[in-house]
Amino acid sequence: MTAVQPQTDLITLTIDGFEVTVPKGTLVIRAAEQLGIQIPRFCDHPLLSPVGACRQCLVDIEINGRAFPKPQASCTIPVENGMVVKTQLTSEVAHKAQEGVMEFLLVNHPLDCPVCDKGGECPLQNQAMTSGRGESRFEGKKRTFEKPINISSQVLLDRERCILCARCTRFSKEIAGDPFIDMGERGALQQVAIYEKDPFDSYFSGNTVQICPVGALTGSAYRFRSRPFDLVSTPSVCEHCASGCSLRTDVRRNKTLRRLAGNDPEVNEEWNCDKGRWAFQYTMVKDRIATPLIRENGVLREASWPEAIAVAANGLQGKKAGVLVGGRATVEDSYAYAKFARATLGTNDIDFRSRPHSDEERDFLAAHVVGSKVRYSDIDTADHVVLVGFEPEEESPIVFLRIRKQVRKRALSVTAISPWQTRGFKKLQAKYIGVAPGAEGNALAQLSLTNQSVIVVGERLCESAGGLSAVAELARKSGAKIAWVPRRAGERGALEAGAIGNLLPGGRPISDAAARVDVAAAWSIESDSIPTSAGSDSKAIFAAAARGEIKALVIGGVDPFDMHAPDFAGLESAFVLSLELRPSAITERADVVLPVAAVTEKSGSFMSWEGRTRSFEQAVPETPHQSDLYILSLIAEALGKPLGFSTVRGAAKEFGTLANWDGARASFTSHPVANAAQGVTLASWRQLLDNGSLQVNEPNLAGTARKAVARINAQLAAKLGVANGDLVTISTDHGALSLNVELSDLVDDVVWLPRNAVASQSLRMLGVLNGAQVNIRKGL
Amino acid sequence: MSKLTPVLSAHWDEPDSFTLAGYQRHGGYNAMKKALDMDADAVIALVKDSGLRGRGGAGFPTGNKWGFIPQGDNKDHYLVVNADESEPGTCKDTPLLMANPHVLVEGVIIASYAIRAKHAFIYIRGEVTHVTRRLLQAIEDAYKAGFLGKNILGKGFDLELTLHIGAGAYICGEETALLDSLEGFRGQPRLRPPFPAIAGLYARPTVVNNVESIASVPAIIEKGAEWFTSLGTEKSKGFTLYSLSGHVNNPGQFEAPLGITLRELLELSGGVRSGHRLKFWTPGGSSTPIFTDAHLDTPLDYESVSAAGSMLGTKALQIFDETTCVLRAVLRWTEFYKHESCGKCTPCREGTWWLVQILRDLENGKGTEADLAKLLDICDNLLGRSFCALGDGAASPIMSSIKYFRGEYIAHLTNGGCPFDPVAATLFASSKAGA
Repeated sequence: MTAVQPQTDLITLTIDGFEVTVPKGTLVIRAAEQLGIQIPRFCDHPLLSPVGACRQCLVDIEINGRAFPKPQASCTIPVENGMVVKTQLTSEVAHKAQEGVMEFLLVNHPLDCPVCDKGGECPLQNQAMTSGRGESRFEGKKRTFEKPINISSQVLLDRERCILCARCTRFSKEIAGDPFIDMGERGALQQVAIYEKDPFDSYFSGNTVQICPVGALTGSAYRFRSRPFDLVSTPSVCEHCASGCSLRTDVRRNKTLRRLAGNDPEVNEEWNCDKGRWAFQYTMVKDRIATPLIRENGVLREASWPEAIAVAANGLQGKKAGVLVGGRATVEDSYAYAKFARATLGTNDIDFRSRPHSDEERDFLAAHVVGSKVRYSDIDTADHVVLVGFEPEEESPIVFLRIRKQVRKRALSVTAISPWQTRGFKKLQAKYIGVAPGAEGNALAQLSLTNQSVIVVGERLCESAGGLSAVAELARKSGAKIAWVPRRAGERGALEAGAIGNLLPGGRPISDAAARVDVAAAWSIESDSIPTSAGSDSKAIFAAAARGEIKALVIGGVDPFDMHAPDFAGLESAFVLSLELRPSAITERADVVLPVAAVTEKSGSFMSWEGRTRSFEQAVPETPHQSDLYILSLIAEALGKPLGFSTVRGAAKEFGTLANWDGARASFTSHPVANAAQGVTLASWRQLLDNGSLQVNEPNLAGTARKAVARINAQLAAKLGVANGDLVTISTDHGALSLNVELSDLVDDVVWLPRNAVASQSLRMLGVLNGAQVNIRKGL
Repeated sequence: MSKLTPVLSAHWDEPDSFTLAGYQRHGGYNAMKKALDMDADAVIALVKDSGLRGRGGAGFPTGNKWGFIPQGDNKDHYLVVNADESEPGTCKDTPLLMANPHVLVEGVIIASYAIRAKHAFIYIRGEVTHVTRRLLQAIEDAYKAGFLGKNILGKGFDLELTLHIGAGAYICGEETALLDSLEGFRGQPRLRPPFPAIAGLYARPTVVNNVESIASVPAIIEKGAEWFTSLGTEKSKGFTLYSLSGHVNNPGQFEAPLGITLRELLELSGGVRSGHRLKFWTPGGSSTPIFTDAHLDTPLDYESVSAAGSMLGTKALQIFDETTCVLRAVLRWTEFYKHESCGKCTPCREGTWWLVQILRDLENGKGTEADLAKLLDICDNLLGRSFCALGDGAASPIMSSIKYFRGEYIAHLTNGGCPFDPVAATLFASSKAGA
């Protein structure tokens, strides 16, 4: 795990009579924590720069017998050898100073704890009890403000409760790089403010709510919903992307009411993004599928579990089948799908990539990603980070925060290869190499890196033929590490679990006889029952079904519109078993629909982009739903080829025995970079907040999504005769969509569109991928 | 008038004292020529030897401050002159710049040369428009005369001088808040360390000096350290501007050696308003604990004032006679601090808000003697607990006034309100009172 840090400069000091030795540069307040001495504080936060504003942490300090004339803020003073610190526990002066500051803090703080969201988990409330006077001597008039005011659609500000510690403003400036809130006015009228025309526009705004030490910042959706002491908290893992954030899910009477960032210094530190924090209503929507459904005379009807399992098994029995897993399954569920395909259905036609994909990508994953252990800590020590096919702020926000932290701390050099210089790249002070979509490979070939460099590759680089090959070549040449960051939380786990046609669990190449023997032995099946050739990918499975070659499909959590130009013909002709949360384009055509548990309703694990296993427990105690793997185990049982496990623990245990393959990895053959398309080409990717199915019923969150616009540069705008704000229409043979133009820093002759905004679903509406030629014209 | 030592104010009575010609008629800019022929380190040494101490209030030795700037560090250095004079009672820099702006410009050139700064800034209080205009003209004239800009006097020294007009916040007189404001941010004090000498303006080594400190430099260069040290007391060398205001017959600026007493200054200024007697006074502006007539013979130098329980500060002597209600005066000051508290730290922000409310109640006769104990305790929780000295300044007048005039506070309570006639303390009442 983490390397042991060499402790060179150590400082020994005395706090309240106890000696403590800490690294040089440690602040007094944190040295005290090492002794279990808690000095009260508000503005202090270990991940923010010291500010010394609240003055709550005053202590008496002397250095080598020379005493400071007045108490000092322990959150701003680094330790020194020979320092003697007396906290409130041993110094009457410090004790009185702290009581005095606490009394001051309460002068203008309303006594509305009984109705405040923070009441019960409030640092001000708690520390007023531990470090304050029993009774306030203030008998005057408190300052009043209108309350609350929206500083964005999802964050509310109650200025009366604010103690002006500036944690929120410092977070936004230092950590997120979105300085859209700052202090305004003066004295007791000082307040957190936004510029009147620009609300608090940040993907990380929820963190300010979490670190607010009072109830001044509250989430719109959670306000007045609950009391902290009514909540049951479960450590969780975020299912929204591959960053791997540790979360806490707070549930009251089987309802998820809130999610908070967990504290994991190796991964998300104490932060998460607003999607991870505020998108969870999808598990509680009214149209959740509640019972099994069977198609009868063309219509789905409710059915009992035994009947539905029997019909499903009957539909699959003896047919050539394909399995589509989606990218959102847990490691255990993915493993169950992978085993179900091979051991029960006898096919390698399985793919977790329900999104644009390529053979080059599949080979790349098998050769360079599966089993790799590039970590966040590699970013911390990197000499250079290259971003390609990847916009970290939109596509993996914690990767963004970690890179930004290093940029801020030690001016880490970042290079972004992209057709558009985004706000996120600018915040990373990235060297921007503008390339037309499809030409990323050429730009990569020009780079020179070292073995301390990290190439961060987004999943959409697979849309640029030769792009991943150029990554592999650059890494080979330089020794640089490859970090492949998919968007969905389940993709890396599914890859490791073997939910892809060319790999068995643990990254075992399907073409490797020893690998097949290994797996067959573990599964207690005949080794020749595992097909030897690589299976089809998602698109090919759909196509084969349309041709009638595949006669049954098992589909879990797939939205066909996430792939471009999906072929629905196969869904009409084949027998389709769908495991789903909510009605979808698949369930509309499925023969059997089986409801499954959402992440809060089951235990399991996700594997982050790092390949780090992130386990979580069931957060909602009572649920009628079962995990995918349990349902698959029932069907496998009915088909007479049991999976051998029916619980998450059982699946995890079995996968654990197969997780590490010490044999040879699959080899990788380089693909050439394709020639660029003529005319105007399309660039498109998903933004963090969009029309995603896990973001339904979150109007406050949706209010902070970035506006869907068509981005072109001035050159193309001049060619088209359009100005900022004008309507343009982008079309292909497949369809068209119209958006307003926003002039941006793009390369020539490229139009960028959001991939999944309500008004701009480029895959579904245009049916083409990045780098494809599109028509663009002024007006409708 | 033997006690006066007019140097900065020597020619204020001449009609063209503020012009380049008027300044040069009396040897203006000769010190600059002399300094530019000296080694820069020798200039610093000379200022160190003179014992000149910061005239902005804290009294830190100016030469030492210059010496803190790391030389040979290949970084830009800056000189910033604090002309954001805003303390109630303090009125020395404004008349100085009105009557003799060139002395500051000359001082800036010498100081910048000494610390090897190529760009100097003067941060001036925004309200003083006339002064700003005169200073701008002086800077323009200095540029035209070749005293500023490229290759000054052919000596190979370049200096740009920028006048920055503040927006009228008292806190911007605090040197780090001033730097933030100068950089375009909200004026709030910065965490120290790093000190400005290491990371000041734009995170570069910076000297921040008061107007009067810099303006005193040309005379020191011209007449030498020995001349300067011959004035003043052992530890408080030289001359300085004392500003008398309030109930004195002839208010104004009196340039005298450090160590002069209020008794002497009152003699020079025609005494306390006729027919009245001294009740209390501030030695260095409203932030310094008040004195009474018991301190008439306290030498007004850094050490003696400090030993007597106050601070020399800006040498702004506000004189109050017996018609003044001390509580009323203190409340007005406290209202000022409440208005000017920047809001960054809790004790100053909330403490001033609270103190004003208690003082208002007391002025109206509401409360009990126990409230005085509470008032003092709140001041104790504020003094030395705030982020910068603004909070200390807010507590000082309250604590010192209760120390000397406790009975008067209580009289408000027994009287059911203020026992004084506020009109009696006004200027327009003085003719009646004197009659």
